[in-house]
Amino acid sequence: MSSLLTPKAALPPKRKITTEPRLSDKIFRRVVTGGGLSSLLILGLIFIFLLMQGLQTFKSQGIHFLTGSAWNAAVNDANQIDLKNSHFGIAAMLIGTLICAVIAIAVAVPISVFSALFLTFYVPNSLKKIMVAVIDLMAAFPSILFGLWGFFVLEPIGEYWAKLLHKYFGWVPFFKMEAPFFSRSPFIAGLVLAIMIIPIVTSISREIFGQTPLDRIQAAYALGATRFGMIKAVAFPYARSGIVGGAMLGLGRAMGETVAVYTVLNIVYKINWHVLIGAGGNVASMILLKFGEATQGEVKALMAAGLVLFVVTLIVNSLADFIVARSGKSGR
Amino acid sequence: MSVITTTKPAIPKPEKPWRQTPAQRLITLGIFALAGAASYFIVAVTPVKGKLAYVAVFFIAFVTIDYLYARIRQGKSAGADSVFRGFVTMGIFIAVIPIISILYSVISRGYKGLHWSLFTKDMHSTPPTGPIGQGGLLHAIIGTSLLVAVALVISVPIGILTAIYMTEIKGRFSRPIKFLVQAMSGVPSIVAGLFILAAIVYPLTKTFNSFEGSLALGILMIPTIARTSEEVLLLVPQDLRESGVALGGTQWRTVAQIVLPAARGGLVTAMILGIARVAGETAPIVLLTGGGDTKNWNIFHGPMGSLPFYIWKGFAAGTNESITRAWAGILVLLVMVLALFITARFLSDRKKK
Repeated sequence: MSSLLTPKAALPPKRKITTEPRLSDKIFRRVVTGGGLSSLLILGLIFIFLLMQGLQTFKSQGIHFLTGSAWNAAVNDANQIDLKNSHFGIAAMLIGTLICAVIAIAVAVPISVFSALFLTFYVPNSLKKIMVAVIDLMAAFPSILFGLWGFFVLEPIGEYWAKLLHKYFGWVPFFKMEAPFFSRSPFIAGLVLAIMIIPIVTSISREIFGQTPLDRIQAAYALGATRFGMIKAVAFPYARSGIVGGAMLGLGRAMGETVAVYTVLNIVYKINWHVLIGAGGNVASMILLKFGEATQGEVKALMAAGLVLFVVTLIVNSLADFIVARSGKSGR
Repeated sequence: MSVITTTKPAIPKPEKPWRQTPAQRLITLGIFALAGAASYFIVAVTPVKGKLAYVAVFFIAFVTIDYLYARIRQGKSAGADSVFRGFVTMGIFIAVIPIISILYSVISRGYKGLHWSLFTKDMHSTPPTGPIGQGGLLHAIIGTSLLVAVALVISVPIGILTAIYMTEIKGRFSRPIKFLVQAMSGVPSIVAGLFILAAIVYPLTKTFNSFEGSLALGILMIPTIARTSEEVLLLVPQDLRESGVALGGTQWRTVAQIVLPAARGGLVTAMILGIARVAGETAPIVLLTGGGDTKNWNIFHGPMGSLPFYIWKGFAAGTNESITRAWAGILVLLVMVLALFITARFLSDRKKK
C-alpha cells in the first residue's frame, strides 16, 4: 500500500519523444551521403585536373585546338616545349571520332533493334534465355579482344566489303576514293565499334520492348493485327524514344573506345570525310598513340584532348540517360 | 438418397492452334530449299560472286518467296508480316555471327600458344621471338589479380555506399546521384587513365606503379557496382526494413544487420560484374602500370605486368611467336572473364527462385 501512496518516486522520468535520429544514425547518414556524393567528386576532380594540365595548351592554341588539325610539338634548345611553334589541333581527330561512331551507330542500331524484337516477340521460349545470355556475354568481352579480332579477322573481310561498296556505290560522296588504299579505314573501325555496341543497344532496346504494356499488345492482336502490325502500331511507338536513348548510349561508348580502334584505324592528322580511305582520326586512340613518345609539353596537349573527349562523352551519355529515363513513362 | 455419380467429363486436350502443323513445316522447309537453290543458280549464272553473294541472294530469295506465299494465301498484311519476320531473323543472325567468329578465332588461334609452363613462368628472359614453349604469363596473372583486388577494395565501399544512399536514405541528392553514376559509367577508360596521370603521377609520384592502375580501374568499376547493388537492394522486401525499425533498430542497424545480409548474394554478384568489367581494360593499364615482365608483388613499386598489357605487348611486338602468345593470353583472359560472368549470372538466377 505504501508504494501506492508514494508513486512519484517510482515513476521513471518521462521519455523524450523525438524524431531526431540518434548519433549512430547521424553518422551513418553522413557517411552514406558522403559515399554517394563521391561520384560527383570524382567527375569534378577529373574535370579539374585535366583542365589544370591542359590549360597551358588551351591558352597557347586558343580556338585552333578545336578547329586546327596539325599536330607537331616543337622543342627548343633546352629540350623544353616551344609553345609558339607547336601546333596542336584535334579537329581531324574529333571529326574522325564522330565519323567512326556514326558508322557504328548506323550499322548497329538496325541490327540491334531487329535482334531485340526477335528476342522479345519472336524467339521460342526454350531458346530465349540462352540467346539473351549469349548476347549479354558479348557485352563482357574485353575491348582488346575486339581490337585483336578486328585486326586479324575483320580487317580483310572489311576491306573486301569496302571494295564492293566502292565498286557499286562509288558515286556516294562519302565512298569516294582518291587512291586505292582500303585498309585500316574509318569504315572498318566503325564496323568493329558496331559489333562492340550491338550488345549494349540490343539489351536496352530489349528491356524497353519488354515493358510494352501487355494489354495493348493483346488489344492489337484482338483487333486482328499480325505480329508486324502489332509491332508497328504498339511496340515501336512505345519504345521509340528508348531506342534513341540506347543508340546514344552506344554512341557515347563508341566515341570513348580506345584499344579496339587503335588496332584497326590508321590515324592521319587531316580531316577526311571519305570513310573508305585508310586514313581517319580518333581522339582516344590518338592519345594512346602519342603518349608513348610524348614530351612533357605534348602530354599536356594530350590531357587537353582528353578533357574534350571527356566533356563530349559526358554530354552524349547524359542526354542518352535522360532520354532513356523519360521513355519508360511515355507511350500512348 | 441418390448417389450422384459423376462421370468425369473427358477433358479435351489443349489445342495449340498457333503451333505449326507438319504440313506447314514442310512448306517452310520447301521455301528454304527453294531459296537455297535460287541463290545457287543466281550466283552460278550471273557475275555476282563470293560467299557474301550466296548469303545476300539467299536472304532476298527467301524473303521474296515467303512473301509471295503469304501474300497469295493470306493477303497483304500477312505478306508484310512475313517480310518483317525475315528481317528480324536476319538481324539476330548478324548479331550472333560475330560472337561465334570471335570465340572461334580466340580458341583456334589461342590454343596453339597454350602450354603448362604458361602458368608457372614469367617472361623475363624470353624475347618476342622466343619459341612458344618458353616463358609464361604467371607475372601477368599475378599482376591482374593484384590490380583488380586493389581496385575492388577501393570501389566496393564507394559503390555500395552510393547504392545505399539511393535505396535507403533516398535523400534529395538521390536523383542527381543516379544520373551522375550513369554519366560516370560512360567515362572513357583512357580518360580515367589520363586523370590518374594528371592528378597523381605527374604532381606526386612521378613513377608508374600498379596502385595507380588500380585507382583508374576503381573509377571504371564504381558505376557498375553501384548500379548493380542498387538493383539488388531494391529487391530486398520493404517488410524487412519495417520489421527492423519496428523492433527498435536504428536505421544504421537495420541496414547493416538486415538489409545488407539479405542482399549478400546480389552484392557478390555486383562485385563479380565489376571485376569482369575491368579485368580486360587495357588503355589505363597501358598508360599507368609500366608493364613489367617479371613477377612483382609490390603494388607501390615497380612496373606491374598484367594480362591486357601482356596481350598488348605481344600484339605490338608483331612477331609470329609474340602474336600467338597474345592470342593465348586473350584466351586465358576470356576464360577468366566468362567464368566470372557465368558465376554472376548463376548466382543471380538462383537468387530469383
